[in-house]
Amino acid sequence: MTYIGKIYHRSVVYLLLAILLLPLLATLGYALATRWGTTILPEGLTLKWIMALWSDPRFLSALGHSLLVCFGALLLSIALILPLMFVIAYYFPRLDALMNILILLPFSVPPVVSVVGLMQLYSDGPLALTGTPWILIGCYFTIALPFIYRAIANNMQAIHLRDLMDSAHLLGASTWKAALIVVLPNLRKGGMIAVLLSFSFLIGEFVFANLLVGNRYETLQVYLFNMRGGSGHFTSALVISYFAVVLLFTWVANLLNKSKE
Amino acid sequence: MKVKWFAVLALLPFMVFFFAFQIAPLIWIAVASFNSEMSGWGLQNYIDIFTSSFYLQAIRLSLDISFWSSFYGLCIAIIGSYSLRQLASIRLHDVVLSFTNMTSNFAGVPLAFAFVILLGLNGSLTLLLRHYGVIDGFNLYSRNGLILLYTYFQIPLGVLLLYPAFDSLREDWRESAALMGAGHWHYWRYIGLPVLSPALIGTFVILLANALGAYATVYALTTGNFNVVPVRISALVAGDISLDPQLASALAMLLVVLMAGITLVHQWLLRKSYLNVRH
Repeated sequence: MTYIGKIYHRSVVYLLLAILLLPLLATLGYALATRWGTTILPEGLTLKWIMALWSDPRFLSALGHSLLVCFGALLLSIALILPLMFVIAYYFPRLDALMNILILLPFSVPPVVSVVGLMQLYSDGPLALTGTPWILIGCYFTIALPFIYRAIANNMQAIHLRDLMDSAHLLGASTWKAALIVVLPNLRKGGMIAVLLSFSFLIGEFVFANLLVGNRYETLQVYLFNMRGGSGHFTSALVISYFAVVLLFTWVANLLNKSKE
Repeated sequence: MKVKWFAVLALLPFMVFFFAFQIAPLIWIAVASFNSEMSGWGLQNYIDIFTSSFYLQAIRLSLDISFWSSFYGLCIAIIGSYSLRQLASIRLHDVVLSFTNMTSNFAGVPLAFAFVILLGLNGSLTLLLRHYGVIDGFNLYSRNGLILLYTYFQIPLGVLLLYPAFDSLREDWRESAALMGAGHWHYWRYIGLPVLSPALIGTFVILLANALGAYATVYALTTGNFNVVPVRISALVAGDISLDPQLASALAMLLVVLMAGITLVHQWLLRKSYLNVRH
């Protein structure tokens, strides 16, 4: 590469980084500023907005709600998807093609479309789920499905499921035993990474949370939205804290991913 | 035989949940969209939408904002991820790539807030630019403001989707082209872009779908005052004034049909593209 080429590519990448960083930096600045009104840079730095946020019981309960719903949904997804994938891989490999089409559905149908049907189906009657966290757990299972399915499918390919099962059978294990003791531990890491990565977009979900449950079980995103009229410093502290939580989970997932190789 | 029975049973819980939360709502929408509150079964909901200038405007604005934000997002992603690919050996590369990964989750309500702080009426960047006389009346809550906001959340997604595609460009092609006297422009026009075109079209389609269905960002920014299809749908099922889930279903069906249409065009373009002609 020529010298000029190097300089060009470097400046493009720095520019890209700057564009992506700018909104975050401004929010961080606002969260830490005593006042930031008429001047280009904040007037002074303080931690009081962040302290105020983290001692607000409503924020803490919204965070708790979000964590519960997200991890509940992810546990449910794993519990539903793992047996399905094992059975498909071991007994009905042909179904894999069908599954690959089905898992595209949550991708191609926007949440705002599903909401219309969900609201009508689960508003009353025996399955009055609207307004409860249960409906969110069900919806989040569908959003997480494509990601978890793909991650575990890659993992299953890597461990050569059939050979593994055959060897376990040769050594005298029943199918049940082999699945639980041999296959499951080998899928642990792929599963973990899938869960942590899915978590970071489940906690950012707003459409289902706002339209199906709203203030009856306030999640982090709904709380964030409800705070829109408040102080800009406070909401900035909120955005930054939210981002820090997401960052933490993504970082741990990346660490796990690296240690796998 | 007994074993297979057990195997089928293990599929059941998944099927039940997937049906309840993904398939059943879709079926409900498809059926309800043909049932009007006023005149019973028929095409009335669709006729209402296509004769109402209000809903037509929502469709037009949705397409407009989605198209331009996908276009700008794609352009920036092409330039950015190409340069990123060229720098693959240095440390900056890893930092930027993982940062892009993280910002792809920065959308919806938090993103709208960050943009208000940066570019709102009294945002820090607005003040800065106004101070130096670069702009005098940028309005984040307008069509252009929304295109900017949407473009922002398209960039990380575009980079992540496009980045791997640059592996298919081999460095010796550029050298051979240069040997035969092709300039920069010729290289991209006749080699680079045609080879990349399936990836470019594919990424554009995903960005377009991403923008068409986006609701959180625009709702958080304008509290439902900006007329796009997702906002209209939500107002019809959860608004204060006119609840009409059947009409909402028809609008939702239109969105689904639009996405299916985009996917079909994508498949068709893909079949026509350079890579398949070559085989």
